Amino acid sequence: MKILIIEDEPQMLENMRQTLEREKYTVETAANFATANTKIGVYEYDCILLDITLPDGNGLELLKQLKQQGKDDGVIIVSAKDSLDDRIKGLNLGADDYLPKPFHMAELHARVKAIVRRRTFDGNKLIEIGNVSIDPESRSVQVNKTEVALNRKEYDVLLYMISNKTRLVTKTALAEHVWGDHIDQADSFDFIYSQIKNLRKKLSDTMASIEIEAVYGVGYKLQVI
Amino acid sequence: MKLLNHTTKYFALLLIVLISVWAVIFYFAMLDEVYDSLDDGLENQKQLIIRAVKDNPDLLQDTEFGVNNYTIKNTHVGNHTNLKDSYRDTLMYMQNEDEYEPIRMLESTFQQDGNYYKIKLITSMVEEDDQIENLFKYLVGLYLVLILSIVVLNNLVMKKVWKPFYTLIDRLKGFRIEKDDPIKSEQTAIDEFNLLNKSVERLTEKSRDSYIAQKEFIENAAHELQTPLAIAINKLELLVEKNQLSGSQTQEVGGVLDNLTRLTRLNKSLLLLSKIDNKQYLEEEYLDMNILVAEVANDFLDFTTHKNISLNVIENATVHYTMNADLAVIMITNLIKNAIIHGDAGKEVTITIDANQISITNYGKEKALDTNSLFTRFKKVSSDSRSTGLGLAISKAIADKYLLQLKYSFTDQHNFMVIFPSSS
Repeated sequence: MKILIIEDEPQMLENMRQTLEREKYTVETAANFATANTKIGVYEYDCILLDITLPDGNGLELLKQLKQQGKDDGVIIVSAKDSLDDRIKGLNLGADDYLPKPFHMAELHARVKAIVRRRTFDGNKLIEIGNVSIDPESRSVQVNKTEVALNRKEYDVLLYMISNKTRLVTKTALAEHVWGDHIDQADSFDFIYSQIKNLRKKLSDTMASIEIEAVYGVGYKLQVI
Repeated sequence: MKLLNHTTKYFALLLIVLISVWAVIFYFAMLDEVYDSLDDGLENQKQLIIRAVKDNPDLLQDTEFGVNNYTIKNTHVGNHTNLKDSYRDTLMYMQNEDEYEPIRMLESTFQQDGNYYKIKLITSMVEEDDQIENLFKYLVGLYLVLILSIVVLNNLVMKKVWKPFYTLIDRLKGFRIEKDDPIKSEQTAIDEFNLLNKSVERLTEKSRDSYIAQKEFIENAAHELQTPLAIAINKLELLVEKNQLSGSQTQEVGGVLDNLTRLTRLNKSLLLLSKIDNKQYLEEEYLDMNILVAEVANDFLDFTTHKNISLNVIENATVHYTMNADLAVIMITNLIKNAIIHGDAGKEVTITIDANQISITNYGKEKALDTNSLFTRFKKVSSDSRSTGLGLAISKAIADKYLLQLKYSFTDQHNFMVIFPSSS
């Protein structure tokens, strides 16, 4: 799996590189337009994380060139400018996703996984982990070939945890993911807690070979037993 | 009051004073002239009579004012030698008017055949009261004609002269800084208007520049704040993941992460508010509010189930409104979320859609909220530190932008209403 990060802020770049390398991706980086342009022209990547505002050019130009060359690398626009214009422009130009800064690492993983998954398993789209398999298309979950009924949020939580398996997912990251931008109340943590509790029960009831463990009250981690 | 009428008003006042003063002066001047002329006439008549008496002494018998307008009386020598011509005003009974009317009388003496005679000549006078009345009538007429001409002049001539001014006012009225280019006006023949046009042009240009600068500042502020926040959050997340920290250290870092996330949300909310305030959401569409409310309510379904609140949507009417779709969603979301968060568990939250109004009611504290500060920024009802205190302020800003009324009332439930203008 090859990923290119195009980002002009060195610390941001370093954070993203570190966290993605832990997922065993091959990560390459470009800190400016020129380097990025060369790399895109020469290599192919499974996923490109593209910052729009670069010191020597606009990231959207890179996206245009990429599509003109007929390449179908997955592209996630990463931007501090959370403006609707850029979002629409980017998606119209063929970007697969738009991730506004700041984001949680867990969110980055989930987005990258979704892109990689879409591109890799063209025929077989099932996500399998232990004895659990998930069909993202129909949003259905099976344990040992038996359907498990999850509500929407429980499904979102499970998929998010699986995208970040064996890694700590903080409560805020989780809450923001399933709740969207509008979470700003203590109730949402409560809510997340109760979703996790229900999910755990459903997983253990069906003898799933994964479990979600709490980490010091800071967050949760999905482990394969 | 319009500028034209304003000047007319002052003209009218000034004219009253001017014409009154002028009337007094004119009256006395005229009267003086009349006396002068009458006296000359009397004098002339006197000489004619004296000459006539010399030819025809019979005339000396005209001792009464009958058909004549003079009398002649014999008088003693000496008594009147020094008597000069004396003019005076007096009254005399007039047959035709059947009353005493003012007359002008000349008394004089003359010598005829050694005898002295006293002669009195009269002529009828202007009646002063009639004169004043007439004068007054004509002056009022003059006054009205003058005022009328001024009004006509204003409306025809002045309007034409002031046209550039009114054109400018019209353009200023319709000027929207986020949409329009600076106001450019054509050259006019009047220096003051050219100066005004130029000043307005410069002013709008400057405002527009600073508006654009502010817009850019907001976007830059977003960029500058978001990136360090992102770096800080991600670094801490990486630190926690390395599994080298103890339980309590992990919790400390978790606390910092929570606060950084809060800061992020606060920053986003403030950016949203300034974007609304700066009217940066220009795209508008004709929205079906019923569908929008249903979608937002649906998003909250899991959460209401969790809180054991039943969320009811009652649709009594279909409401359509033209506004920015994202802002509409944010406004409705904030209100519904507010109702659910503060709503009592086990009770219901009801969204009622009527012809011109969407109201959202919830059970909660048995006490009305302070309406003065309800929609104020950073006003928190709960002491919950995770709330930004901007939710209702954002809804209010959005409502204001689209001429919607956002109201709160309390009976036994808390009731937030979005009232749509009835025309739409």
